[in-house]
Amino acid sequence: MVVVVTVLAQTQNSFRFQGRSFLAFVICPTAPIDNWLRDLDAWVKKAPDFFASKPLILDCSKISISRGDFEALLARFQAAHFRLISVEGVKPEWLPKGLDPLPGGSHRQEIETVKSLTRATGSQKPEGKNKVNSLMMNSPVRSGQAIFFPDGDVSVTGSVASGAEIIAGGSIHIYGTLRGRAIAGSTGNENARIFCSRFEAELVVVGGFYKSAQDIEPEIFGKPVQIWLQNNVILLKVME
Amino acid sequence: MDKKNKAKVVVVTSGKGGVGKTTSTAALGAALALEGQKVVVVDFDIGLRNLDLMMGAERRVIYDLINVIQGTANLSQALIRDKRLENLYLLAASQTRDKNALTDKGVAKIMDELRTRFDWIICDSPAGIERGAVLAMKHSDIAIIIANPEISSVRDSDRIIGLLDAKTLRAKNGQEVEKHLLITRFDTERAGSGEMLEVDDVSDILSIPMLGVVPESRQVLSASNLGSPITLSDPASAPAKAYMDAARRLCGQDIPLIVPAGKKPFFANWFGGRAA
Repeated sequence: MVVVVTVLAQTQNSFRFQGRSFLAFVICPTAPIDNWLRDLDAWVKKAPDFFASKPLILDCSKISISRGDFEALLARFQAAHFRLISVEGVKPEWLPKGLDPLPGGSHRQEIETVKSLTRATGSQKPEGKNKVNSLMMNSPVRSGQAIFFPDGDVSVTGSVASGAEIIAGGSIHIYGTLRGRAIAGSTGNENARIFCSRFEAELVVVGGFYKSAQDIEPEIFGKPVQIWLQNNVILLKVME
Repeated sequence: MDKKNKAKVVVVTSGKGGVGKTTSTAALGAALALEGQKVVVVDFDIGLRNLDLMMGAERRVIYDLINVIQGTANLSQALIRDKRLENLYLLAASQTRDKNALTDKGVAKIMDELRTRFDWIICDSPAGIERGAVLAMKHSDIAIIIANPEISSVRDSDRIIGLLDAKTLRAKNGQEVEKHLLITRFDTERAGSGEMLEVDDVSDILSIPMLGVVPESRQVLSASNLGSPITLSDPASAPAKAYMDAARRLCGQDIPLIVPAGKKPFFANWFGGRAA
């Protein structure tokens, strides 16, 4: 989700390049588009300022969209005052004036998502009405892997490596060390929590509120920790 | 057919460069050959080949992996037999091509053919996670992950383990690639002083079985400058012993692994010696 831009500034007789990085959200519509739009509306209603002043990239590569539908989508985004900085996954000539494709094309880092949830859940196959809304990871989550499970809780029996991330609609339970990122309540559930046997995290997010390692007291690190949201503040507590 | 099933394709990989993949490929290949196995070491680092130097065969390379893939030479012409061990062979990489010359089909064909001829096919992966590295690991049954006891190497190795679980044929067939951790360039003193990670830290982060710990040593460098795997040129040295033990463990022998712990530099100074 991080976009690196280069600012070009001219000095007297040479060019100076300055690197700057910032966070841009990539929004990825999924089919069916009507459902997705409804979810987006619900999200915006719940957190009206969520997208305000945040740069956004629209990624249409997951859906097949006609030019007309795409323009309607853009108009909707404009009406909602979304700050789109670029669009991916559509023909460049569709873009209106002022919007350009990202330089370098789709140079995003490849992320291996879990191939099939049924394989990862192992024995927890949904059976009839006893459908289990949880994902059990029986192996360590490696650097570069992203586990995305918007439907419920995620449990990991091993560790979550530095550079790996878990995104869960519900709570996250890690019975090893959390060294990467944990994003609980990704669909807006503010009651979600994160538990880990050993806290070494890079970033924790609950219900859209986040705290990065540099904002966390050093005493917390290396201990078993519980993380939750209270009055829009992320709280971390060592579990005795 | 029976022979084909017995053959094992091993990828030596790490993600990060300069951690000792090529040195370890040469040392382990020679060690397995010393154990009586028929071994070929294959250089997948197209454009930056080094394994021929480590094996001391740089003047004998006529045909390489890319020639075989493109059909300008057959496999028998490209296989270089080691001068010291008759059951050790090298398949060199091309220095003049780039990794795009490696095709998926071509690699698959060569691997199938090598499986019928050898007990062990050891593939020296290029650094990185791009095409060359992915093709090197694709056909592997076993992966040896080389890591140095430092944080960037460990994270890159972790990434590679994730790729092994996603991009290999075994993973695609719902099987698992057998993974082993080989820690190289381990310096007890620097680990003791906290400059380097301890073996236990590395193995805790990566959580795969340990194949061995190779100590940092000048002997490794002098062996590679001689153009000889250290297990052949200096078999009594500590690194060579570590590689020999690792090779025996690969063959299924039960050899206890003594994990060296970091020495406190205080004691080293106290006794006035520095163990290099």
